[in-house]
Amino acid sequence: MNNLIEVSGLSKTFTLHQQNGVVLQVLRDLNFSVRGGECLVLHGQSGAGKSTLLRTLYGNYLAAGGSIRIRHQGAPVELVGAEPRQVLDVRRQSLGYVSQFLRVIPRVSTLDVVMEPALSRGWARADAQVRAKELLARLNIPEALWQLAPGTFSGGEQQRVNIARGFMVEWPVMLLDEPTASLDDANRQVVLELINEAKAAGSVLIGIFHDRTAREAVADRYLDMSAEAAQPEYVYVV
Amino acid sequence: MSAAERLQPALATAEPLFSARDLTRLYGPEKGCQGVSFDLYPGEVLGIVGESGSGKSTLLSLLSGRCPPDRGAVSYRGRDGQWLDLYSASEAERRTLLRTEWGFVEQNPRDGLRMAVSAGANIGERLMAQGVRHYGELRAAGLDWLSQVEIDPARIDDLPRTFSGGMQQRLQIARNLVSAPRLVFMDEPTGGLDVSVQARLLDLLRGLVRELDLAVVIVTHDLAVARLLADRLMVMRRSKVVEAGLTDQILDDPQHPYSQLLVSSVLQP
Repeated sequence: MNNLIEVSGLSKTFTLHQQNGVVLQVLRDLNFSVRGGECLVLHGQSGAGKSTLLRTLYGNYLAAGGSIRIRHQGAPVELVGAEPRQVLDVRRQSLGYVSQFLRVIPRVSTLDVVMEPALSRGWARADAQVRAKELLARLNIPEALWQLAPGTFSGGEQQRVNIARGFMVEWPVMLLDEPTASLDDANRQVVLELINEAKAAGSVLIGIFHDRTAREAVADRYLDMSAEAAQPEYVYVV
Repeated sequence: MSAAERLQPALATAEPLFSARDLTRLYGPEKGCQGVSFDLYPGEVLGIVGESGSGKSTLLSLLSGRCPPDRGAVSYRGRDGQWLDLYSASEAERRTLLRTEWGFVEQNPRDGLRMAVSAGANIGERLMAQGVRHYGELRAAGLDWLSQVEIDPARIDDLPRTFSGGMQQRLQIARNLVSAPRLVFMDEPTGGLDVSVQARLLDLLRGLVRELDLAVVIVTHDLAVARLLADRLMVMRRSKVVEAGLTDQILDDPQHPYSQLLVSSVLQP
């Protein structure tokens, strides 16, 4: 298959047991597939379920039904209903996720945060360091900050550290949740370059870009989610 | 960057390291734990979360060979590849396992350390039980492990009671890891510590778990600790596992009413 990811019949509901059992149906019967080197941009107004879709693809949210197949080490793997350790293995090797927010671990230096995806794939520390420094420099993080834990950095700096971490290794499939939000022009340009390099290397990118210039610079195709999932239905369960 | 892409780690082994089936021990209706089954793979970290009295500690005692179950079985695949049924093994076999291939980190370091002997002797004990008699070797292991857990090696001859709570906890971890165990049980390892000390201990544990490829079963009521350390979680309530799965999925998209309550009750600092 040329498609690195195939999604069929995907649905996602939230049942809020603490709030009178309200059921929100956010994704309903989504079908799409993406080929290597292609960037699919999720389109739709706020609340249409774009972030929910990314999180469901990543296994962070539990799909209510359907199928998510991702090419992992040469063969398609079904992620819906997979064991935690299978999902973690796919995340280590084949499925990357970049959000706007960095989850900071106390005491861990910026350089170590960025290198982690490579180290967990077994890279030698020296190789990982070279790549991490190159990315941090490209994203204009001052060298004086590299040995510090990013907890005290500004929001924009944390976001760029997170992007460096996301692009540290090559991912067959990469999920991007507004990677360019609130970046200045120079840094937005770097992120767009990184995205285009990943595309050229044959990765699938699935992303949310509110910023129109960014969107137009990377998109090959759009998934219109306002049409697909319309308004979530509110079903009350007593 | 593909030039650097080498040294792929061996794919996760297909065979589990540890297995629990229908583990049950009840002290009263819904007191204790019942019907717990799971497999644990090498290098996997399983967190057990839930409120006080939900049966987390009872389950940990059953899993770690400290208390026989009313029903069910625990088995472990040793270094030799043979499966051992924990509760039908002899007392001697069980003790050997507990002192060599397994570790247990107590919530209160005073329960896991020998307070009347030096830090070095605490670290050396498991090695001596394994037949290491050479003083220089024991001393070297002591010094090495003190620095690995970030305690000044010059403190090797001091008694643990002269250490702070955080240092005692790190000493207990060193004492357990010196025998290169493959599976470590931890009962609220950061429970009694100041927040500032907790972060340091968590970071240390995270590093060691990855470096040594340890399988860990950790009981905690602190969801932030669970998120940082555990690959997957089991949520317990009233003696039963109500939900199990990938850590970030359970914490960000809990399915069971009780898990939702548990996650939404945490105060965000």
